[in-house]
Amino acid sequence: MIYEVFRQERKGQAFQHAGSIEAPDERFAEWYAREQYGRRGESTALWVVPREAVHPIEDFVDELNRNYHRVDGYPLKEKLKEARERAGTASRRNR
Amino acid sequence: MSERAQLLVAIADDELILGWRDSEWTGIAPFLEEDVAFSSIAQNEIGHARALYELAARDLETTADELAFDRRPEDYRCSELVQLRLPEWERTIARHVLYEEADAARLRELMASDDVELAGLAAKIDREEAYHRMHAQMWADRLRDEPRFAAALDELRPLVDLRDGHTPELTELWEQMTEVRRSVPGATW
Amino acid sequence: MTQREDEFLGYVQSGGQVEVDDWMPDEYRARLRKFIEMHANSELMGVLPEREWILRAPTLQRKLALTAKVQDEVGHAQLIYRVVEDLGKPREQCLDDLISGKSKFHNVFHYPTKTWGDVGVIAWLVDAAAIISQKALLKCSYAPYARIMKKICWEESFHILHGRDVVLTLMLGTDEQRELVQEALNRWWGPLMQFHGNPIGPEDDPMYVWRIKSQGNDEARQQFLDGYVPQIWELGLTVPDPELRKDEETGRWHYAEPDWDELMHVVTGHGPKTADRLDLRRNARENSAWVRSVLLAA
Repeated sequence: MIYEVFRQERKGQAFQHAGSIEAPDERFAEWYAREQYGRRGESTALWVVPREAVHPIEDFVDELNRNYHRVDGYPLKEKLKEARERAGTASRRNR
Repeated sequence: MSERAQLLVAIADDELILGWRDSEWTGIAPFLEEDVAFSSIAQNEIGHARALYELAARDLETTADELAFDRRPEDYRCSELVQLRLPEWERTIARHVLYEEADAARLRELMASDDVELAGLAAKIDREEAYHRMHAQMWADRLRDEPRFAAALDELRPLVDLRDGHTPELTELWEQMTEVRRSVPGATW
Repeated sequence: MTQREDEFLGYVQSGGQVEVDDWMPDEYRARLRKFIEMHANSELMGVLPEREWILRAPTLQRKLALTAKVQDEVGHAQLIYRVVEDLGKPREQCLDDLISGKSKFHNVFHYPTKTWGDVGVIAWLVDAAAIISQKALLKCSYAPYARIMKKICWEESFHILHGRDVVLTLMLGTDEQRELVQEALNRWWGPLMQFHGNPIGPEDDPMYVWRIKSQGNDEARQQFLDGYVPQIWELGLTVPDPELRKDEETGRWHYAEPDWDELMHVVTGHGPKTADRLDLRRNARENSAWVRSVLLAA
């Protein structure tokens, strides 16, 4: 069975995918992961997961450009310029 | 040699020779993941031997390397169990299981010793050996139904406590181990 | 080349990364897998010359360091075979092909190790030559391979220091010990110069075209010479090539043309130790076949 190994380098950091190992079962997988990804104390923690428990997702749909919930949906430069002119605060800023 | 030094050297000899034998599998173990894992076990054993020799070396005013390498084969105090060359995986695992069992008992005694330094070192070693015991158990469970494994256990069990014989195997190993060192006596490597 | 293949080529040539489930041209996949498989084979076979010295290491420190180094190499083989397997060729099949001589491994691992001097020279210089190639592979267009190269390069850094330590200790020792290093260097220089491969220009090297390799062979060799010849000379060692010199103006090293026939002869399975080492692998594998079947049974 193939197991995927995720490692955390320092406490607080994200777990990152480190590689995969082949093992007959969980017990062996833990031993092998600890050795392959931690024998030098290079990892603070590991997650060992059977490959079939990992579900890849690579397709994302955004046909209608849903920028209403992203920063790039809010270009405010023009509106801000207009609002400042209206309030009479524009000239002070432009000096 | 003081009693303390004798005890330290005997345990160190066990760990050294077992570690040396176990390191023979590095590169040719049954599969790659196990090769890496078993090599760490071998390295730990050599590391334990080194720590024990260092303690004895202080008492004996010598060095760990001199204790490990510069004695004659007949001066080693290791059990016959560790001296054997076991190129079959089932016999290596059988030895691993038997040795870890015996070593656990020995370490428990040492950890209860009045000798604070020795007890401290024994505790450190035991924390690493806990993983070795786990590994041995894992394999024993897997090989439980294999006749050749049962046969190997039967074959090797009587050798655990035999410490008086010096096998030709040990002499052969000693010759390999000390070959480079003896080629330029007294040199630094 | 189809349009899709052409686009793929443009993509990798501008730094695009490829993952395991991405579409790849057949040629890319085939060349990639063969290249990576040869690397895995090399790590596995590279273990064998050094193994003999694990048993003969002359101090506890050297014993531990050498065992750890060889362990790393086995670990690298594991990482790399997993990448090959995910590309569609199972590990057992790779090992079958290695043992039967159908697939190849790097030249340096076909040669004998004769003394403790070899142990130092190999760890210092052979690993150095390898790490130059491996650093270039960090930019491989195939991402799963590039990612494991990070771990491999990180682990190799101790190998070179260990090698250098062994050599320095010998050079500070007796005349006999110094002679061990020089003699080993004399034997290893030829294979080292052949290691990075024949002087094919990068544009003519399909591995470079597909950005599997990011460096030409000659460039790697120049990097090796630039980094390591000064280190060799500063210890008072000589390199067995009277033509070896650096052109200070161009910054390029000149050297006697390596023996490309020898390289071809060796990598096609006719090295001095090829047969012995493949036999050792074959026997070890056969003797432990029962272990793998027991473990595979649920």
